[in-house]
Amino acid sequence: MLEQTPGGHLPIRRRELLLASASSAVVASAAVEAAPAAGPAAPAAAVPTAQVTFSVNGQSHTLTLDTRTTLLDALREHLHLTGTKKGCDHGQCGACTVIVDGRRINACLTLAVMHPGAQVTTIEGLGTPEHLHPLQAAFVRHDAYQCGYCTPGQICSAAGMLAEVQQGIPSHVTGDLTARPMLSLDELRERMSGNICRCGAYSNIAEAITEVATGGAA
Amino acid sequence: MRPFTYERAGTPAEAAAAVARQAGAKFIAGGTNLLDLMKLQIETPPHLVDVNALGLDKIEPTPEGGLRIGALVRNTDLAADERVRRDYAVLSRALLAGASSQLRNKATTAGNLLQRTRCPYFYDTDQPCNKRRPGSGCSAIGGYSRQLAVIGTSPACIANYPGDMAVAMRVLDAAVETVRPDGRARTIPIADFHRLPEGTPQIENALQPGELITSVTLPQPAGGTHVYRKVRDRASYAFALVSVAAIVHADGSGRVALGGVAPKPWRSADAEAELPHGARAVTAKLLAGAQPTSENAFKLALAERTLAAVLAQAKA
Repeated sequence: MLEQTPGGHLPIRRRELLLASASSAVVASAAVEAAPAAGPAAPAAAVPTAQVTFSVNGQSHTLTLDTRTTLLDALREHLHLTGTKKGCDHGQCGACTVIVDGRRINACLTLAVMHPGAQVTTIEGLGTPEHLHPLQAAFVRHDAYQCGYCTPGQICSAAGMLAEVQQGIPSHVTGDLTARPMLSLDELRERMSGNICRCGAYSNIAEAITEVATGGAA
Repeated sequence: MRPFTYERAGTPAEAAAAVARQAGAKFIAGGTNLLDLMKLQIETPPHLVDVNALGLDKIEPTPEGGLRIGALVRNTDLAADERVRRDYAVLSRALLAGASSQLRNKATTAGNLLQRTRCPYFYDTDQPCNKRRPGSGCSAIGGYSRQLAVIGTSPACIANYPGDMAVAMRVLDAAVETVRPDGRARTIPIADFHRLPEGTPQIENALQPGELITSVTLPQPAGGTHVYRKVRDRASYAFALVSVAAIVHADGSGRVALGGVAPKPWRSADAEAELPHGARAVTAKLLAGAQPTSENAFKLALAERTLAAVLAQAKA
């Protein structure tokens, strides 16, 4: 049974609301197209397409896509994996960060057709509501978000970042280039600078990642 | 983004021929700059040739004792290579000072050399820009020019080269190896690779249509202390206002190049000869004839102070 909110409204999840408005929009535009006075129907110009097969979260997908489709749009609009977010769509905010063949990248700045045979991991593949990835659990524990929009990108980026430190990849703030880098707070901040949080939850994000990096000591 | 057809090339010569075949066609490797510009319709290639399968992703020793860096080596992998960290540290430092980890994981060596200016008027398709629309005028002259070039400019364009990696490659005397559509290879010294705007700012480098970068070579290690210092508006993930790449030897001699101040990495032999006499002597020669705007004149003093800090760091 659904609980009523103090205002007397039925609680409704934001996604359900969005889906409901999207379907009414489709109905509305279909009605407009059916009306004879709606103006000349522009024939859909044939756009170049290409086929690509890659794996997302362990499952193989073959897609035939408009060549312009970014990996981000392929994930969200074609595979309906909407955990990966579109923020700036220009590689500046990091909300679209996914892990491709073991490396974190901006899914908005790469074409889906450029990734035949790739292994893509999105936030949906890192953990599930029943079995959270340690980073997901730490973000919850440390309240490492406010609106949550940047969070999937932050978490995928953090997973990629921790792997990069493990692999000994240096950063701008690494003191001795010939030594193995260690994960200090300065290192963490520098290495996560490709992920913007407009709510400013950075200190809790840093604490959550530090906790995972140090095996729960934070 | 405008529609385009797409193919994956199997060999460098095939890729070069494919781009030469169709007017306006472009290579795509990392895509981190090109796709950004395509979304804004600043770049509108009708055809893309994907070069990611060409296998140019190795870093190998050369017979001369240097390194050959494949065109497709990702910025992260180049910065992390043990030989680069040990013998060409200025290059690791420059790479790590640029962009974000996500972008460095995708961006390639050749693509980084070819990245285009971040002049705000190049990006604003409603404004005249001689680089974007030749002959339309330069909105940056008399406009918002804080980030832009102070030297090497022309009445047609004051855009600066935005990158870090190429500035380090300039002090390392790197060379760019290419293959042309007819299959012939050539080597272009990094000093001659980027060109000044003069009357044709849309032509930014020495590449001919369809010419593909296959690798970048570094000569044998120069020794000395390597420093790359970048001054920017925030501590990470921003383009340089001024950057200094330097190799300094114990006797005070060395090499120095500036980033952020010119349409290409900026270096001169007569300025370098002044290195034992300090930063002021060097920048007086290196930036002689500069024509800054009222908004970016601060870069002249900033370049001198940044070099002074670099020389102090090298001595420490």
